[in-house]
Amino acid sequence: MSRQARIAALKAAAKSRILVLDGSWGVMIQREGLEEADFRGTRYAQHSHPLKGDNDILCLTRPDIVTQLHDAYFAAGADISETNTFSATRIGQSDYGLEADVAALNLAAARLGREAADRWTAKNPDKPRFIAGSIGPTNRTLSISPDVNDPGARAVTFDEVYDGYREQARALHEGGVDLFLIETIFDTLNAKAAIKAVLDLEDEGLEPLPIWISGTITDRSGRTLSGQTVEAFWIAVQHAKPFAVGLNCALGAELMRPHLADLARVADTLVSAYPNAGLPNAFGQYDESPDQTGGFIREWAKSGLVNIVGGCCGVTPEHIEKIAKAVEGVTPRHPAHPKPALRLSGLEPFELA
Amino acid sequence: MSDLSPTVFVNIGERTNVTGSAKFRKLIAAGDYDAALSIARQQVEAGAAIIDVNMDEGLLDSEAAMKQFLNLIAAEPDIARVPIMIDSSKWTVIEAGLRCVQGKPIVNSISLKAGEAPFLKEARACQRYGAAVVVMAFDEAGQADTADRKVEICTRAYRLLTEHLNFAPEDIIFDPNIFAVATGIEEHNRYALDFIEATRRIKQTLPGARVSGGVSNVSFSFRGNEPVRRAIHGVFLYHAIRAGLDMAIVNAGDLPVYDDIPRELRDAVEDVVLDRRPDSTERLVDLAPKYKGDKAEARVVDLSWREAPVAERLAHALVHGVSDWIVEDTEAARLEALRPLHVIEGPLMDGMNRVGDLFGAGKMFLPQVVKSARVMKQAVAHLMPFMEAESGGEANEPAGRIVMATVKGDVHDIGKNIVGVVLQCNNYKVIDLGVMCPADRIIDAAIEHKADAIGLSGLITPSLDEMVFVASEMQRRGLSIPLLIGGATTSKTHTAVKIEPAYQSGSTTYVLDASRAVGVVSHLLSPDTKAETEAKTRAEYVAVREQFARGREKRPRTPLALARQRAFQIDWTKEPPPKAPSFLGLRSFDAYDLAELARHIDWSPFFQSWDLVGRFPAILDDDVVGEAARTLWADAEPLLNRIIQEGRFTAKGVVGFWPAQARGDDIVVYEDERRTVERATFHTLRQQMEKDGASLALSDFIAPVGGPPDYLGGFAVTAGHGEAGFAKSFRDAGDDYSAIIVAALADRLAEAFAELLHARVRRELWAYAPDEERSLEFLLSEAYQGIRPAPGYPAQPDHTEKGTLFQLLDATERTGISLTESFAMSPAAAVSGLYFGHSKSHYFGVGKIDRDQVADYAKRKGWSMATAEKWLSPILAYEG
Repeated sequence: MSRQARIAALKAAAKSRILVLDGSWGVMIQREGLEEADFRGTRYAQHSHPLKGDNDILCLTRPDIVTQLHDAYFAAGADISETNTFSATRIGQSDYGLEADVAALNLAAARLGREAADRWTAKNPDKPRFIAGSIGPTNRTLSISPDVNDPGARAVTFDEVYDGYREQARALHEGGVDLFLIETIFDTLNAKAAIKAVLDLEDEGLEPLPIWISGTITDRSGRTLSGQTVEAFWIAVQHAKPFAVGLNCALGAELMRPHLADLARVADTLVSAYPNAGLPNAFGQYDESPDQTGGFIREWAKSGLVNIVGGCCGVTPEHIEKIAKAVEGVTPRHPAHPKPALRLSGLEPFELA
Repeated sequence: MSDLSPTVFVNIGERTNVTGSAKFRKLIAAGDYDAALSIARQQVEAGAAIIDVNMDEGLLDSEAAMKQFLNLIAAEPDIARVPIMIDSSKWTVIEAGLRCVQGKPIVNSISLKAGEAPFLKEARACQRYGAAVVVMAFDEAGQADTADRKVEICTRAYRLLTEHLNFAPEDIIFDPNIFAVATGIEEHNRYALDFIEATRRIKQTLPGARVSGGVSNVSFSFRGNEPVRRAIHGVFLYHAIRAGLDMAIVNAGDLPVYDDIPRELRDAVEDVVLDRRPDSTERLVDLAPKYKGDKAEARVVDLSWREAPVAERLAHALVHGVSDWIVEDTEAARLEALRPLHVIEGPLMDGMNRVGDLFGAGKMFLPQVVKSARVMKQAVAHLMPFMEAESGGEANEPAGRIVMATVKGDVHDIGKNIVGVVLQCNNYKVIDLGVMCPADRIIDAAIEHKADAIGLSGLITPSLDEMVFVASEMQRRGLSIPLLIGGATTSKTHTAVKIEPAYQSGSTTYVLDASRAVGVVSHLLSPDTKAETEAKTRAEYVAVREQFARGREKRPRTPLALARQRAFQIDWTKEPPPKAPSFLGLRSFDAYDLAELARHIDWSPFFQSWDLVGRFPAILDDDVVGEAARTLWADAEPLLNRIIQEGRFTAKGVVGFWPAQARGDDIVVYEDERRTVERATFHTLRQQMEKDGASLALSDFIAPVGGPPDYLGGFAVTAGHGEAGFAKSFRDAGDDYSAIIVAALADRLAEAFAELLHARVRRELWAYAPDEERSLEFLLSEAYQGIRPAPGYPAQPDHTEKGTLFQLLDATERTGISLTESFAMSPAAAVSGLYFGHSKSHYFGVGKIDRDQVADYAKRKGWSMATAEKWLSPILAYEG
């Protein structure tokens, strides 16, 4: 199938049913009990920095594990799996001294995902599988000062973030992803840099791919870490004309619901949600059972809140299996049709009707 | 959409625009971003739905200034909540701005000035950054002036954007150029009308698009005559909005209502704006002087003082507390002066001396002086960068350095802050250590700063002891500088008897109120008067001590046993049985309605906190302090409204009722109605002064063990959550005046909360007086049944009883009020106490008590004699 045909198939599938994304990569990689040597492989045996914990680098050093995880999630019923590239920007990889390898890393990740998805689609052409290029938030914020005494300071510039994202997106595109997933957005300005980087790829002659944007509400206040309400966030990213917009991480399904409902009411596009498996316990582990998660998500689906569901931290293939079952046969949400209006936002939404 | 009311016309704040506001330009040029931010905040508070940020000034690095200011706004949720309009004629500045805002802003502006290619390139960048755009009616041939040209250019731009870029029409805002009218040039007469006409046609023919404009241009010919300019703006907007104008860059909060413009002026302005007669300009020019400084319009005041020389203008601004022109005038004075320092030493100090003289003569009052200080601070802040830039630009030597602190265990600082500001106005450098300061910190600071005096403040009685300790530490560490004592519970007697003897190496002086502080300090610090003043005070305190000793000899105490026999008698067999409360246990009140509390404020103490004595509202018309009171009131009211509307404070409270019986001078609180398990004991103190009638203790108002079942209530309330931060925002902006008002308002709200809750206790929660009268006058008269005495106050002077109360109420958990080691409540704006419901219960003062009761009380509390004497020291009738 050509990429254009795959994108058409993705859009058609989203119309007919609620799609399922995969779950956590972190928890699954942790289960492997990998050592420093696994992360280094032969390629980085002599590398200057310790690499244990750089999950993304496994795309180059332990591709077998990455493929195995794609397979596990596809087997559980996921329609979409993400590339293992959450931290694969120049900024994220600088902690490991791997800035120079970011392009190669994303390219490899996209190809591994592509191969797995195509294999599963070939096995069952009635259920095509897709690969989303994961674009994480980086570990620096563009709207928040790292120094309490100097609120105007920033740990990173817009251009640095933009350049990092553009490099990552270009390689993911080349490696064959079907769409971009800008996710776990706790600072909308970072996401806006990512959106601009992705849109600007057009100027290099690359065909536009669908964009999926997923923000993170960090606590019950209903705001992002950088202070925006869900609606203000949506207005600030709407110009990407995203294929889907949603929420992920930080909260479990139960606490995420009211914010998801806010978004579902205003978004004129598909709405997604992939929560954590509840809130972490005292040991940082997630206790919510697959049945519980499935139960919450089924209620969302029945209430017409979602088009795409999946899981974030603590969510395993067992959860995804329950989630896939929970939404099977449930009619997907109809996008909202808000009246045309001048909409702006600061931390809060503004509308001139 | 959920909580958005449909917006009709949008005010865009113009004051954060260097081309529109001289004040803002100067702040940015001087790098004073804090003050610049406060302008942005004021705009949002005044109702700007969007703020326009413009840094186009030749001498500025506009890109850097735009970036810095927007980054700082991002850290201020009060400002960042509204969208930003990034305003520049340079694309590089706009793009620098776009890289700083996380929301969706408006770009102001792009145009066809340089042709289609750059226009489309910039528009596409806006699309990808996620911004709406203002498109100016400007093309290759120039700026459009006629209605036809305006519409033609806007239509062309609309087509290009929607057809070439698929730009959302809702994100397009046209600015069809507002030009000045009444310039005397005939071709300009139609400018306003052309704008209005173009607006109507754009809205009709270009679906989805919006129209905006910068209004102040239109009245440019009348600069200098603000009332007429405002009238022109009001009339112009009235017609433009009806034609479809959606938004305008205006000074939010400074627009007249069309109907409020005097008819004659309005008609003349309308003739000009709508170009209704050939001689309309001449007619308005003739009429204009009549309205310049018109008293009929409330906002216009007598500005004739603006014509005076700059030194006189500065003095006027300081005396009258007017800050509107202070930066401009200071700048003018600086340009005239040889060195910036001379402005401070010359006109500014002259002005402050005039303030000092008027204050000394009783013609100015504290709130006015504090307001003058605010103006002075702004002037000095403007000069600071110039003085720092100047080599050898040493700031002038202060008249003296004073270290001030509220002592350990105490959190009250309103009075101390007022004194601090007043001293600063008089050229003293004040090192304010804040609240809860231990002795070593105070003394270390005094040594480090080479202080000329130390001022101690406190409100609760345990602070008296702490002050004695600070004094003895000053002695031990060999200080000899004057010690000043102030605060509500301090007194000349206590200072003379307890504090002064502890500090023999220097002098100690009691300061009755804030208005005396400057006089006392200047006398103590001046080499000419120091010795004489100290000697006089010492002599006076010797006399005070003698008088105190004589007084004690003269007024023997009734022995405790006898006093108990004379206890206040209630015949419980004849009284109706005490009423049971509607519930037992606790009830919390989270986020009590501030507006409701505000309606119950007793304002008289608010004025007292500023040394303005009199009953409210009569004080507003007082011959002497009326003017000061009115100004203070006019400044406090809007702050109170903001506090309420913006939810700046959170009022929390808890009420509890428990089964209770008296046992001797104690009150036993039981677990439940069975009254078998004791939960806690309140200890009360009994009057021992010789007098006719009963020797009272609070326990007399509760039925004894074995009597009819009785109840005791308790409460703790605060309105102070949020006060510190809000006050700090003003203090950081150099506005101590508002900061002190904010703190005083928090106190008033807490008192109102206590009063209101007590009323609810009487009517519904305990409900022993369900039909009580409800007027505020009745409440303030304290004529109601039952009392709410607080531990630490006259009926029970022992603050430590608050510990028991707080434990029973779970007060810290439920209200966020904590107790310091001296049992002061934090936040300071808090009230707690016990409820006695009996019709015969009433307020009284325990007075001084004798050794026999102290020993008895120590035994009941499980204290040593020394501990008891420490906590009861203010009421000991003997040498402790």
